[in-house]
Amino acid sequence: MDFGFLSEYWSYFLKGAWLTLQLSFFGVLFGTLLGVGFALLRISKIGILRFLASVYIEVIRGTPMLVQIVIIYYGLTNFGINLPGFTSGVIALTINSAAYMAEVFRAGINAIDKGQNEAARSLGMTHGMSLRLIVLPQAFRNMLPAIGNEFIVIIKDSSLVSTIGIAELMYNTNTVSSLTFKPLEPLLVSAAVYFVMTFTLSRLLGLLERKLNNQ
Amino acid sequence: MIHVQGLHKSYGKHEILKGIDTEISKGEVVVVIGPSGSGKSTFLRCLNRMEEPTSGEIWFEKQLVTGKQRDLNQIRQRMGMVFQQFNLFPHMTVLENVTLAPRKLKKLGKEQAEAQALSLLASVGLADKRDTYPAKLSGGQKQRIAIARALAMQPSVMLFDEPTSALDPEMVGEVLDVMKKLAAQGMTMVIVTHEMGFAREVGDRVLFIDQGQIIEEGTPEEVFDHPKQPRTKLFLSKVL
Repeated sequence: MDFGFLSEYWSYFLKGAWLTLQLSFFGVLFGTLLGVGFALLRISKIGILRFLASVYIEVIRGTPMLVQIVIIYYGLTNFGINLPGFTSGVIALTINSAAYMAEVFRAGINAIDKGQNEAARSLGMTHGMSLRLIVLPQAFRNMLPAIGNEFIVIIKDSSLVSTIGIAELMYNTNTVSSLTFKPLEPLLVSAAVYFVMTFTLSRLLGLLERKLNNQ
Repeated sequence: MIHVQGLHKSYGKHEILKGIDTEISKGEVVVVIGPSGSGKSTFLRCLNRMEEPTSGEIWFEKQLVTGKQRDLNQIRQRMGMVFQQFNLFPHMTVLENVTLAPRKLKKLGKEQAEAQALSLLASVGLADKRDTYPAKLSGGQKQRIAIARALAMQPSVMLFDEPTSALDPEMVGEVLDVMKKLAAQGMTMVIVTHEMGFAREVGDRVLFIDQGQIIEEGTPEEVFDHPKQPRTKLFLSKVL
């Protein structure tokens, strides 16, 4: 094995990893916000909202992300919608993580004792205040491991957007492979970079969890 | 102060409250007793609409409790409630538990809210716990904090839903003492309880509820010493 190509091509991996982090960051950020929304719809008192949220979650979870990515990037051009690659990637990751996050949030909210909401409402707080000040902060703490897990999944799954030509880590790995005629070594470097990202994140979340539990 | 008229509550086909009519006056301490499953907690929880009544009207200080949701949030600010399971907010310190509602709902400044909270905590004997999280407190302490939290909104009535039922026996006294003090200060109180000694000592009026109806009501002497209804006599013979 020869990793000599790194001296010339290291910046491909660095730039790719940076783009991967950006894609994942926005995917998780918007996915979390949208996920909270879908979770609230799923526990809503209005039947049709619950139904629509369930349909969304089931459809997204029940179809491959690769298919979703291609539909968003190529399929939408049929309707005159031409999205830049990066935007398509973020949208695909967002709608995907939103569906999974919605389930995480729903379970987290349901796990909070209903006496918490009752105590808040009995003091005169609105439903929204009770959610924001009492229920969600507690639910969030319980959900932190699951949210971290989802973040890690998104970092790994973001490699799929290489298929629509976004120069993230996986795409750049392939580029280096074809430039150097080495199939294996660039992939090993790439795997190591992915691992460093996910492992660091998992450690950081562990720290945050411990800090919250000490309160 | 509270006027209840034709209050019904059903879960599906099961009728919990079968028409309750009563009137609670300012400064009165009303104790609600009755067997488990009689509907006494449901009755109390209907007063601030923690439970949605199936039919009937509840009026509080000339406002319709069973009306619009927006009015309801306003009304609840003036009706304190204490729960069997305390329901303190575990992610907040004692001081934050007590100051949260006044700060968010009454827009009290931090210092003002904290000064008020500290004097309430002192009155329940827990001023030294201000920076503690609820997980570190005993049941009796939690319930006293819960009472302080409800009082921080300066309610004109306090509703107690079996406040000592989840407590170890040795902690019942400290909570009842706080409630006695409150009653002595003239607070209007509606208390669902199994503590008959306390009911007799503190109650101005006792309501005996069974199978969703008020079977008998009167002063503690009337209900405890000279019950008229057979069902009241039967219940008292079991618990006294």
